[in-house]
Amino acid sequence: MRVTVTVNGTGYTREVEPRLLLIHFLRDELGLTGSHWGCDTSNCGACVVWLDETPVKSCTVLAPMADGRHVRTVEGLSRGAVLDPVQQGFAACHGLQCGFCTPGMMLTARWLLDRNPDPSEAEVREAISGQICRCTGYENIVRSVLWAARHESAGGYEAPDRGDGADARP
Amino acid sequence: MHDRDTGGNGAYGSIPRKEDARFVRGQGTFVDDITLPGMLHGAILRSPVAHARILSVDASAALAHPRVEAVLTGADLAERGLAWMPTLSADVQAVLATDKVRFQGQEIAFVVAQDRYAARDALELIAVDYEMLPPVIDARKALDPDAPVVRDDLVRDDVVRDDVPARARNHIFDWSAGDKAAADAVFAAAAVTVSCDMVYPRSHPAPLETCGIVADHNAVTGQLTLWSTSQAPHAHRTLYAMVTGLPEHKIRIVSPDLGGGFGNKVPLYPGYLCAVAASMVTGRPVKWVEDRSENLMSTTFARDYHMHGEIAATADGRILALRARVLADHGAFNATAQPAKFPAGFFHIFTGSYDLEAAFCEVTGVYTNKAPGGVSYSCSFRITEAVYLVERLTDMLARELGIDPAELRMRNLLRPEQFPYTCPTGWQYDSGDYPRALKLALDIAGYDDLRREQAERRARGEYMGIGISFFTEGVGAGPRSHMDILGLGMADGADLRVHPTGKAVLAISVQTQGQGHETTFAQIVAHELGLTPDDVEVVHGDTDRTPFGLGTYGSRSTPVSGAAAVMAARKVRDRARLVAAAMLELSADDLEWLDGKWRVRGDPDQAAGIAEIAMAAHSSLELPEGVEGHLDASAVYNPPNLTFPFGAYICVTDVDPATGEVKVRRFIAVDDCGVRINPMIVEGQVHRGLADGIGMALMQAIAFDEAGNCLGGSFMDYLLPTAMECPSPELGTTVTPSPHHPIGAKGVGESATVGSPAAVVNSVVDALAPLGVVHADMPLTPANVWLAIQGRPVRADLAVS
Repeated sequence: MRVTVTVNGTGYTREVEPRLLLIHFLRDELGLTGSHWGCDTSNCGACVVWLDETPVKSCTVLAPMADGRHVRTVEGLSRGAVLDPVQQGFAACHGLQCGFCTPGMMLTARWLLDRNPDPSEAEVREAISGQICRCTGYENIVRSVLWAARHESAGGYEAPDRGDGADARP
Repeated sequence: MHDRDTGGNGAYGSIPRKEDARFVRGQGTFVDDITLPGMLHGAILRSPVAHARILSVDASAALAHPRVEAVLTGADLAERGLAWMPTLSADVQAVLATDKVRFQGQEIAFVVAQDRYAARDALELIAVDYEMLPPVIDARKALDPDAPVVRDDLVRDDVVRDDVPARARNHIFDWSAGDKAAADAVFAAAAVTVSCDMVYPRSHPAPLETCGIVADHNAVTGQLTLWSTSQAPHAHRTLYAMVTGLPEHKIRIVSPDLGGGFGNKVPLYPGYLCAVAASMVTGRPVKWVEDRSENLMSTTFARDYHMHGEIAATADGRILALRARVLADHGAFNATAQPAKFPAGFFHIFTGSYDLEAAFCEVTGVYTNKAPGGVSYSCSFRITEAVYLVERLTDMLARELGIDPAELRMRNLLRPEQFPYTCPTGWQYDSGDYPRALKLALDIAGYDDLRREQAERRARGEYMGIGISFFTEGVGAGPRSHMDILGLGMADGADLRVHPTGKAVLAISVQTQGQGHETTFAQIVAHELGLTPDDVEVVHGDTDRTPFGLGTYGSRSTPVSGAAAVMAARKVRDRARLVAAAMLELSADDLEWLDGKWRVRGDPDQAAGIAEIAMAAHSSLELPEGVEGHLDASAVYNPPNLTFPFGAYICVTDVDPATGEVKVRRFIAVDDCGVRINPMIVEGQVHRGLADGIGMALMQAIAFDEAGNCLGGSFMDYLLPTAMECPSPELGTTVTPSPHHPIGAKGVGESATVGSPAAVVNSVVDALAPLGVVHADMPLTPANVWLAIQGRPVRADLAVS
């Protein structure tokens, strides 16, 4: 069947099997490999993307369910060359090691900060509680999100002092 | 301090990681991200049962599927001599089953199709006839005279193995260390002894990225290129050459970005070889990526040690001796990954951190109808099990004697002046200041206040626990004289090229799975050569571009490969001195290395840095006799000993006796891993290991039912800690350099995984002490805690109690 999905602002139309998972649509059909597949059972969240304005686990969404809708992936987080504060925060606070869970974690963090610009540590932990990281023990992910909250201004992105947010550690 | 010790220029420190630039943009390249023209997709048909004879495999319907290109069965592989492969423990493992299936999830057939969905569909079309056999599930019954035989292949006439003893065919090995007579004598005379049976249950490393491969065989050139999830690409290349018969120089392994490993990506797996065979058969590239259940049910597990431990002491609390008897469940094939001379890994470092008179341990390995493996999950070759045993026993002894567990440990810890210390089972600990680390942990925790709080809570009927663990690790395998895997000595190489403009490329044999080698190894070279880390590019994970070495596991990257990088850099520096002398028209003896440059003694402003020297080394400058030009250098590092990091951990828990729920309130961790190249990365490694400890102690277990069904085959069943269960760790640092490592560093990647489970369990048992609980096996799930409170502890490794 034919589906048309807008991904990171660009429309894509593809002929797909109705059973095709959104994660495989993104990775195999569109070549957007930043989103990862990790578990099949929607426990790990490596596949989290936004469907319209909501983070979803794209291993449990069929591609046809995204027909006519907007998807945002890690490839759509930065604004041109300027990284999202969340991306800067993960680099500044060592919020990743292997990098496999990172795209999903960052998309959830972006969603959280859009709704709650000044979250508590407990609110950050709850927001990412549906996702698994095997490398960080979560501590530096929490610090990364709090760093991003501190560094983004109300109207947009604050440019990093240098490099990829390499300016500071909490 | 580091600069004085190492002559370096100060490139160490908590700098951000180079690799993050691609990862935060979603531009990492993992195996499943690789797509080649004409690539096909493989899927594996797996056994639904634990033990059965295969009567027939009929793949005709699958082959008729319009999108299927090939199906491989055990018989097909047998024709090519590929039905069995060697394991890392000199056993053999079935690639695709030809005779029997020996565990649930074992590989039976491999479908190759045009896309991954069609490959999965076709699995349903393969018909297999099984003759069911009774399984061996409980390791403690594996040696019974009437136990079913798991490995009848080993006693067939044509493959008789001399080392299969007659007493039971499920027996793999008996192994011991220490002085039995001496230990027995101490125990016989000791005033106090305490003993306990404890299970370290089977768990699984479960990296977030599962295992996978893209295999591309070119029949014309004979070239085999593999993009593979491999922590040890060079060792894998040699293994592929041995298994397939392809010449090793025609094999290239690329291990790209790895989504975690933790030991899970050390072995060769049947799926890899199936993809290789399928590429040979179809003439096209073949990708195979396992799903999560396949990962949990078939790839290497960890632990599964059934231990009986004893500790002997004087009445006033001086620990005298330890004994341990262990039954090791290795599953259906002996595929543990550790140095060949140590079938129980480094378990015999169970002497721990205390000054003992004697110690003795014996380990028996058995086959069962479960997935193969045993040494993985950041275990430092079984030191995890060893630390757990000694630290649980130490806590039990403290309770028996009525001595505070911190005080008992402080009395018995090795003293700084005892190093280097040779323990009763022969390990020589290189350096340590143990009391300093424990004292720091107690200070951070506010230990005395915690004990007061605990007393107050107990008076109110609340159950708060304080658990301590002190561990000694042994990492950086290892000396070639007694450590090898399948005959490959455990040395690692480093190649360092310095370009004319002074920029450098370091090629290393180890492979990061998230440890940040591209940053830390650049720091190592920059520190030695007066460069910045940005001046040094680190190449790794590609056997065509890197020197031979055994890879990353057992926390060996910094101790072994890091040392090789240092030695290569120092060769560069030494040659640069000769070139600098020619540049400055002086004798090399007139130069000293200071602040990152070769400087004239007494006139330090007259100097040459590596960039100038490199250009000169490539120029027409006349060089002294014996200097060939250029600065490039190689090194192979054969470590003289392991490095022995150590640490003191304190875990504070609150336990609800009505529900059995455990909450980890605080985790204090003091780690000493010698000189720290990048403290930020070290702390990140510790954070991970503490989460592992919480996971293993409280929720993670791969259990089986009586029929051999795996009960941990998905993330719905195999529970991993989330951000809700992991507290913010409180870390402390002491630095006791390794005396034999060239920059005084020790490994740290596994320290917290090794040390933390005992702290969690000690804490929970401490909380439950008023209820009479003296021990409960991991995982301390609410149900298991509740049953322990009721006085009915369960076998956590089995679904039957």
